[in-house]
Parts: sequence; C-alpha cells; structure tokens
Amino acid sequence: MVYFILKRLVQSVFVMLAVAFLAFSLFRFVGDPISQMTGVETTVADQERLREDLGLNDPFVVQFYRFTTDMLQGDFGFSYRTRQPVADMIADRIPATLELGVVALIISLIVGIPAGVYTALRPRGVLTQGILLTTLVGVSIPTFVIGIMLIFIFGVQLGWLPTFGRNGTVQIGGWESSLFTVQGWRSLILPAVTLGVYQLTLTMRLVRAEMMEVMRSDYIRFGMARGVPMGRLHYRHALANTMVPVITIIGLQFGGVIAFSIVTESVFQWPGMGLLFLESIRFVDIPVMGVYLVVIAFFFVLVNLIVDLLYVAIDPRLRVKDL
Amino acid sequence: MLVIKDLAVKFPSRFGDVTAIADVDMEIRPGEIHGLVGESGAGKSTVGAAVIGLLSQPGYIAGGEITLGETDLRALSPEAAHRIRGDRISMIFQDPQTSLNPLMTIEDQLVETIQAHSDATHSQAVTRAVDLLEEIGIKNAASRIKAYPHQFSGGMRQRVVIALAICTDPELIIADEPTTALDVAVQSQVLALIQRLARERQIAFMLITHDIGVIAQVADRVTVMRKGRVMETGETQQVLGAPDHPYTQALMDAVPPLDVKIDRFRVPEEAPIAGEGPTGNVAEAWLLEGQRSEMLGLTLDHLTVQFAAPRTSLFRTPAPYVALDDVSLTVRPGTIMGLVGESGSGKSTLAKAITGLVSPTSGTMQLGGDDLPYGKTRGRRHPSRQLIQMVFQDPYSSLNSRHTIADILEEPLWFYGFVSDARERRRLAAAMLELVGMAPEAIDKYPHQFSGGQRQRVAVARALLARPRFLICDEPTSALDVSIQAEILNLLKDLQSTFGLSVLFISHNLSVVRQMADDTAVLRAGRIEEVGPTEDLYEAPQADYTRELLALTPVMPKAWRRAG
Amino acid sequence: MRDWLKRYEPVWLFVHSPAAIVAAVIAIAIIFGAVFAPWIAQVDPYDLSSFSLFDGLLPPVWEDGANPKYLLGTDDQGRDMISSILYGARLSLVIGISALTIAAVLGVGLGLAAGFYGGRFDAVVMRIADVQLALPAILTALLIDGIARGVLPASVQQDVRVAVLTLAIALSLWVNFARTARASTFVQMQKEYVQAAIMMGQRPVRIMFVHILPNILGPLLVIMTVDLASAILLEATLSFLGIGLPADSPSLGTLIRIGMQFLLSGEWWILWIPTLFLVALVVSINILGDFLRDVFNPRLR
Repeated sequence: MVYFILKRLVQSVFVMLAVAFLAFSLFRFVGDPISQMTGVETTVADQERLREDLGLNDPFVVQFYRFTTDMLQGDFGFSYRTRQPVADMIADRIPATLELGVVALIISLIVGIPAGVYTALRPRGVLTQGILLTTLVGVSIPTFVIGIMLIFIFGVQLGWLPTFGRNGTVQIGGWESSLFTVQGWRSLILPAVTLGVYQLTLTMRLVRAEMMEVMRSDYIRFGMARGVPMGRLHYRHALANTMVPVITIIGLQFGGVIAFSIVTESVFQWPGMGLLFLESIRFVDIPVMGVYLVVIAFFFVLVNLIVDLLYVAIDPRLRVKDL
Repeated sequence: MLVIKDLAVKFPSRFGDVTAIADVDMEIRPGEIHGLVGESGAGKSTVGAAVIGLLSQPGYIAGGEITLGETDLRALSPEAAHRIRGDRISMIFQDPQTSLNPLMTIEDQLVETIQAHSDATHSQAVTRAVDLLEEIGIKNAASRIKAYPHQFSGGMRQRVVIALAICTDPELIIADEPTTALDVAVQSQVLALIQRLARERQIAFMLITHDIGVIAQVADRVTVMRKGRVMETGETQQVLGAPDHPYTQALMDAVPPLDVKIDRFRVPEEAPIAGEGPTGNVAEAWLLEGQRSEMLGLTLDHLTVQFAAPRTSLFRTPAPYVALDDVSLTVRPGTIMGLVGESGSGKSTLAKAITGLVSPTSGTMQLGGDDLPYGKTRGRRHPSRQLIQMVFQDPYSSLNSRHTIADILEEPLWFYGFVSDARERRRLAAAMLELVGMAPEAIDKYPHQFSGGQRQRVAVARALLARPRFLICDEPTSALDVSIQAEILNLLKDLQSTFGLSVLFISHNLSVVRQMADDTAVLRAGRIEEVGPTEDLYEAPQADYTRELLALTPVMPKAWRRAG
Repeated sequence: MRDWLKRYEPVWLFVHSPAAIVAAVIAIAIIFGAVFAPWIAQVDPYDLSSFSLFDGLLPPVWEDGANPKYLLGTDDQGRDMISSILYGARLSLVIGISALTIAAVLGVGLGLAAGFYGGRFDAVVMRIADVQLALPAILTALLIDGIARGVLPASVQQDVRVAVLTLAIALSLWVNFARTARASTFVQMQKEYVQAAIMMGQRPVRIMFVHILPNILGPLLVIMTVDLASAILLEATLSFLGIGLPADSPSLGTLIRIGMQFLLSGEWWILWIPTLFLVALVVSINILGDFLRDVFNPRLR
C-alpha cells in the first residue's frame, strides 16, 4: 500500500515536470521574451545585456532547471501585460475559482449521486425516464447557454439575483471569500449552478451505470437469496461498490470543472483564474498562461492523490494483505 | 417438502414469449440431496431461480405450483417472498470469487444475514457465526472472521459462502454448480460438507450441475432435464446405471469413463464423419498429398518459464512467478500425449511456449529434431508456424466473429502459399468443412450462426488447412456439452490416425485424457509429477498426486453400469 | 425472418425506437440544410451586398411587424436568420467532422498499437494521454489558440483560424478514441482468434486492422457519435469565448455570442433561435449516441 502511494507520488512528479516543461517551452519559444519586456527605445546592446543577465543565453537544460527551481520558491516571473508578479495575480484569483469549483462540485454530487442511485434502482419508472431525458438534454446544452438562460430567467426576467460579478466578499486571513455573506452567496449561486449542471449530469449517468452493473453482480444476487434487507443491499452493499470506480472518475473530472470554470467565469464576469487566463490569451501574455497551466496541473495532481487515498480507504483489497 | 408441479417459466421477447421450462415436476424431501442434471439450455438453473423467486428479468412463472411445506411460494407477496429467502430457502452460487461482497468483512456479512432473520444481538450473532465457521472447517474462526473475502483461498471462500447460506437454518438450499469453479481436491471437500449438512441438519439440497460424476457421488435422487422438460427422475443409481429414457441413455453413453478405455463414443444419429461425401475425399487427398514429410515428434528439455511478478514493495524485487519448472517431455511421432493438471498448473503456458506466444526462460524445444527458437526470436516465416497448429478451448473466441467461415478457412491456404487460385481455395475450404462433418454450404455464414460444437469443427478444419504435422489441443471440449464433446473427441481421434498427426492433448479432465492419449503426463504447479503410458499411469499411478487426483475425481461406481 | 432480424438487429431496434427516429430526422435535416446551404439560403451572410440594413431587426413571422420574406426574422445587419444559421451550422459541422476525423485516425491508430504491443510503447502513449487528460478539451484548445497567436504573424492568423480551431479540437478529442481503442484491443488480445493469427506469423498491421479493428468498431462508433456532439459544443464554446471564428464568418457559437448583445433588449430571436438550433442538433446526436450505446451493450437490454 505504501508502495502504491509512493508510485502515485512519483507519477505525479513526472506529470508536474511535463507540464512545467510545457509552460517553460511556451515562455521560451512563443514570441521573444526580451522584445516583450523592453520598449522600442531600448538599444540592441541593452537588449543583449538583459538577455545575458536573465540567463537566456545559457544552455536549455540550465534554463529549465532555473525555471523549475524558481517556481518551487514561488517566483513565477512577471506578466508582460501588467508588469506585476504573476504569483500575486494568480494568488488574487485563486479563492474565486476554488470556491466556485468546490460549490459546483458539491451541487453535482449531492444531486447527482442520489439521482443516479434512484434511476438505477427503478430503471423502468416514469420519473427515471424523465430524469434520463432531462440529463440527455442537459449534456447537450453548452455550459455558456445554460449560463445565459439562468441570467435571463433569474437576473433579467425575475430580477432575483445579480447577473454578473462577485460581490459581498469578506477578507479572512488573506483569503477573499464570498461564503460568509448573503450578498456573496447571491452572486455565487448562478455561476455555481451553471458549472455544476454539466458535472451533475456526468456524475448521475456514471453512478447509474456503475450501480446497475453492481446490482447484476453475484454478491448482490446472493444477498437477495439469503434475505438481506433490500435497503441494506442497496445502500450498504451496492452503493459502496459503486463508489470505487465513481470516485476515480470524479477525480479525473476535476479537469472538466476547471475547464468549464473558464466558460462560466467568462459568462458571469466572475473574477477567477479562468477569466485571467482568457485575458492572457487575448493579449498573448505568455508568463500568465504558463503559470496558469502549472497551477491547474498542480490542483489536478493534488485531487487525484486525494482520490487515490480515498480509494485505499474504501477498498480493503488495497489495504489488507493476504493471509 | 418442496413440491413442484407443472412448473412453466416464460421469457417475453420481441418474437413473443419464449418458454424456458414447462411441465416440470419435482419433489425434494428433508435431508435429501436432489441432483438436477442436464446440458446447457436444459433450464436447470431456471428451475432453481423460480423456486427461490429470483428469476432474471423479464422472466415470469407462467403456470404450475411450487410449495415448500405448507407454504404456497407463488402466492407470496414480494415482501413475504423476500423474508422467506434466507430464512427457509437459501442458495449457493457457482463462483466463490464473485459471490461475496469484496468491501465487507466475513463477519459483517454473516452477522447481517443472521440478524435479518432473528432477534439475535450483535454479539450473539457473532458467536453463532464463529461457531458455524468452525463447524464447516475454518480454523481460528474467531480471528479469521475479521478478514475480507480476498484474504481467503477459493475453497475457503466457498465454505464461507456455504456458511452464509446455512447460518439462518434454512430447510432448502439451491446449489447452482457449487463446485464447478473448484479444483478436484477442494471439490471433494465441499461435496463432503454438503453431504454432512444434509445428513446432520436435515437440509434439503437441490444440486444443479452438468457433472454426472458429482451427481453419482452425492445425490440421493436425480432429475434429468433437456430443453426445459424433465426427461427422467428417480433414484440416482437407477437413473444413471439403468436409464429408461433414450436421452438419458445417450447422455450416459457420451460420458467418458475414468476407469476403462473405450474405442469410440457411441453417438446418437451420428453426424457424417471423416470424408464421407465425395468432396470430403478431395480434402483428405489434399492433406495426404502434402504430408510427404515424416511424422514429427516433439521434445522438451528442462523447459522453464518465469514471469515477473508485479512489484509491491520499494525495496524488494519480488521473486518471479515460476509457471513451468524444469519440464522435460517427449511426444513420440504420430502419437497423442495427454497433459493433465488443475487450473494454474501451467498447462496453457506450455502450449504457449511451444507455439511461441511465450518465451521460456531456459531449456530447449525440438520439433522433429530441429530446434524451436524461443517466442521472441522465432521469425514470422519459421516453418514451425505452419507445422504446429492449435485447437483452442473456447470456440466462441477462437473464430473471428466478423469474418465469414470462408475468410477464416482460406486464410491458412494463401498465407502459407499452398493455393494461389482463389476459386481453388474456396473449393478446398468447402471440402474440408465436409471432412470435419459439416455442410459445405456453411462456408458463407458467420461463426455466430453456429453452435459451439459446430464452431469447434470449423476450428479443427482451420488447423488442418495449414497441413500441420503437430497439433496442440488446449482443452478442446471443456466448453462443450458432454454429447458434443463425444462427437468432437471421435472426430479428433479419426483425424489423428488418418493423417498420422502428433498431438499434445491438454485437459483438466482425467477421463477425457484416458480416452484420447497414448501417453499421459501429470502437471502440478509447473512441474511434471509423473509421465508414462496412459494405461499404466491410470492403472498403477506412481506419484501420490496422481493417486489423489484419480481417487478424488467423482465418478459413477462401476457396479452401477448396465451390462453392454 | 428471425435470422434476418438477428443479423440486422440494429435496424430492428432503430425502427422500434421513436426517440432515435425523431433524433435521426432532426440531425439529418440540419445536416442536409447545412450541406446545401448555398442553394437553400436566400442570402449569403458573407456577402455584404446580398442583404440590407433596412431589413435589420425584423422579428419572426408570428410576431407583429414581421416581413414574411424572413421567416425567422433578421439580425441588426439585416441578415436573414435562417441563412445565417444554415451557413453557421455548415461551418460548425465542417470543423466538427474534420476534427473528429483527425482525432479518430490518430486515436484509433495509437490505441490499437498500444493495446497490441503493450509494454513500453503502451506506457508512453498512455502517459501522454494522462497529461492530455490533465489539460481538458477547452484548455487545450485555448492553449493552441494562444500559441498560434504568439507564433503566427497577425496577417496569416485570420486565414488559418479554421485550421487552428480544427486542430485544437482534434487534439483534445483523440484521447477518447485512444483509450477506448486500447481497452477494446486488450479485450480482443485475450481472444483466441488473435492468438491464432499471431501464432501463424501474420503481420502485426494485418492483425490490428483486419482482425481486431472490425471487432472493436461498436464502441468506437459510439465514441464517434458522442464526440461529434462534443466537437460541435467545443467549437461553439470557443467561438462564444471570442477566440474561435470571427464575426464575418459566423459559426453557430459566434451567432450566439453576437446574440448575447440582445439579451437585455427585445430582439430575443437573434439570441435564442441559433441557440435552439445548436441545442437541437447536439441533443439529436446525443440521443443517437445513446441509442448506439444500448445497441452495442447487449447486457443493458
């Protein structure tokens, strides 16, 4: 088991290195950093000196090493566009995106898992057919359209909720949170639902498929044959076995949450990392793009490590040795 | 106690209802082990599922009566039926690997079952569970009860399954192929346990199986089914030893005996075999013409195959898994060498090493005096790739389901450069179909349009079309019903003697090997335990392991067999 | 008759599934309209001379003040909505289908080879796929777009937009094909017909494409359908984010982005009609994908 975790850790380090390499290549080869940093009035000699000072003439490997070690020490370089340290820019935006993503994920789980279980246990019910049809339409509506529709209904027509922006935030130890005021929740709820809907449909369909698979298994049929109460069979036996694959895939879906947070943030002008990334693309702000990548990959790796630990906690086959 | 009358089960399908079983009558008394035997499609599992009320969707009981004691099982509400399950009727499934919830301890699964049917407190339930495990032969039950299913071996797991089935003191247990997934030694222990439970606790068993030997060994009475109907029912000795019904007679004729070698199996309405039609002769002539080279033997010398075990620790390199350990074996030219062994003994690895799918770690292999290179170094055009052909176990997986029979059969003809003319290839392929006992018109169909036995004939035809001199048969009949098995074994025997093939015949079934092989080798955990002429080996086994295998294989007592 | 039905079971199931029929009709109608847009549409939205500002902001025929010449109304430039949508769908489909083709060829090829050879080759392909998974579709597409902006001179950028977009979408979809093909190939590799072919000494290319590929087409077809829907959604999303296609050659996503400007004003049709079209197209394709999934998964029946 320790070996299993260690192996995953080593794999994670390699994924991080690969992404760091990608980010570094972006920085180094897409456009010339020097011409981005200096104005037209800088002489060629000055540019050359700057190039030498920054170590851009060093061998590639040395540069990559420096890039990685700088990053590990929290030095992420400067934005071409705003001239601010990228680390600060990203750090400012992390709380907004993280709160949005986590709330969306929670929405998708607390609705998606029960719905998946219900539709699996009553495959022929009318409500099941209704839910399935709704989710089929759900996965077919692009996230941005869902956002627009929610804005139109709750913001424009009913006027209940704000249509864009992040208001009512509170500073808690350097973390700007919208979870502690009504105003904050009012601005958070529409983007979170928008982002959650797509994950919700995926979660539900996955839980349903796995649950139906498990319900056909021998140990469930054996449980029925020896009269174990149905409720216990469904929720203790079947659901636990369903969660093993579901957890893995939810971990992988975290990437999806991040990706669609870009769209959601754009629709709602939510000041998170996604919006920053979009702006950096529009202005070809390479350092910000690169760092965003690395940060996203870091979260992805982190979530999947947590998933691995959960996996070990749930499945005794990974935890307990053979007698 | 259990009485079934005129039971009929139907499955609705888009072509209307399909009758799975009809007119089934059966009676099981307390403490009786009642065998329910039949080939695939006989509907024996459907009877069991109907009794316990777990018919797979969308099947339903269309008529008849099922009563357990005074209770009419058909009249129960779903809730009442669920309460009866476990309490009065329980069930044992085939595969102990999948019958237990992998995420719960044995204790939790036993306790929840006991508590579902009694008012026992948790600690009372645990005590009962531990006692029960001890009773069915699990030592140190008090500590092992905390273990998860994956921590038990297959045989122990089946004991746990049985403990779960009897922990609520049911009157009737439906055992659906309870020993099919087990090795001979474990099978005999589990059968003994079932017999003891029937005798001591007066539990009635409905023992569903396709294995006549198992029935003969433990069943008090037996019901023979075929295509959803009961053929015959009665005392086991009478039904198996002196069957009344022609079907039972034919079935018993097809069962290979362990204690005597017979020349051919008696097969009812025997299909045309071996070159009866005019075109079959064409194929036979073609094969004989290509066989100018003499008969080829195979010699294995100190062959060892190791696989790297998966790494589980950072500091230790795991010891490699030894699949074959210093195996030396000689298949004499033109004879059949039988290779018996239980699952995991390395039989299939041996076949793969010879055919080049697996690379040995050390040792040599020689075909007719020429070295066979190891798998990795054997060229794609090496002559052995044509000379050695193989008939596989599973006829549903050995033929490409997206290719027609013509595609499948013509492939060796052009691939080995035997026949360059397309029309000639097709003619020869059709002729070969006839030689193996199939209609030449079958050539334009797809594999899924044929039964398992017919597919296996096609697989044999494909092997022959490569003009082999050495044939490996890896469990060629273990996926087939007994009556089909008899036909295929007859066919293989005929072809072997007509064309002077050398054969390596691999099987876990001792009786089948006795009927087929000139010499026999016994393989256990990668090592050869014993090798010798078949009759000597069966009549006077030298190794303890061989003796044990022969003694524990369930067979019908000799005395039962009717004269003639 | 029974045998015939068994052989053509998908056809039988299709005829008996109303949802699949409706979905197929809608999808085929939209695709037909898109393919023949130049002959069906009354104006060419790319040709400024074919429409006039005087016809701007006309509502659909069932509203007051409509011009029966424009069934679904016009946008602020006076373009006929139907024509814009047909041309937009045409562009969306061209990009979606080309991206899908590239992704399928790349993914199936790599997946088959990874499953067939296993070992180190498999490990390398799957690690690349893992990294690709850590960078989901939209992110990959955005990234490629950003790189293209950085590398290509501004003058070329507009011309290669469609190519960049197609490539970006293709790169983010190949993993699906590769993983499915690999998993299915692994299953087939255990089958004895493959072992028989290897034993004979047949060439790996023949084993992969003549023996294995026909047996894994089912799951691949499902992925193909579902991913066509994804590709169309992805294109629409990228265009909506403003980094896809420019306003002068609008795809469905661009039309929706333009329509967003009218979200708060009364001209609802400029936003909602293209949206409805996009959703109808994607829902239909997804229903067909679900249908195929059921057809190829006999256990669910």
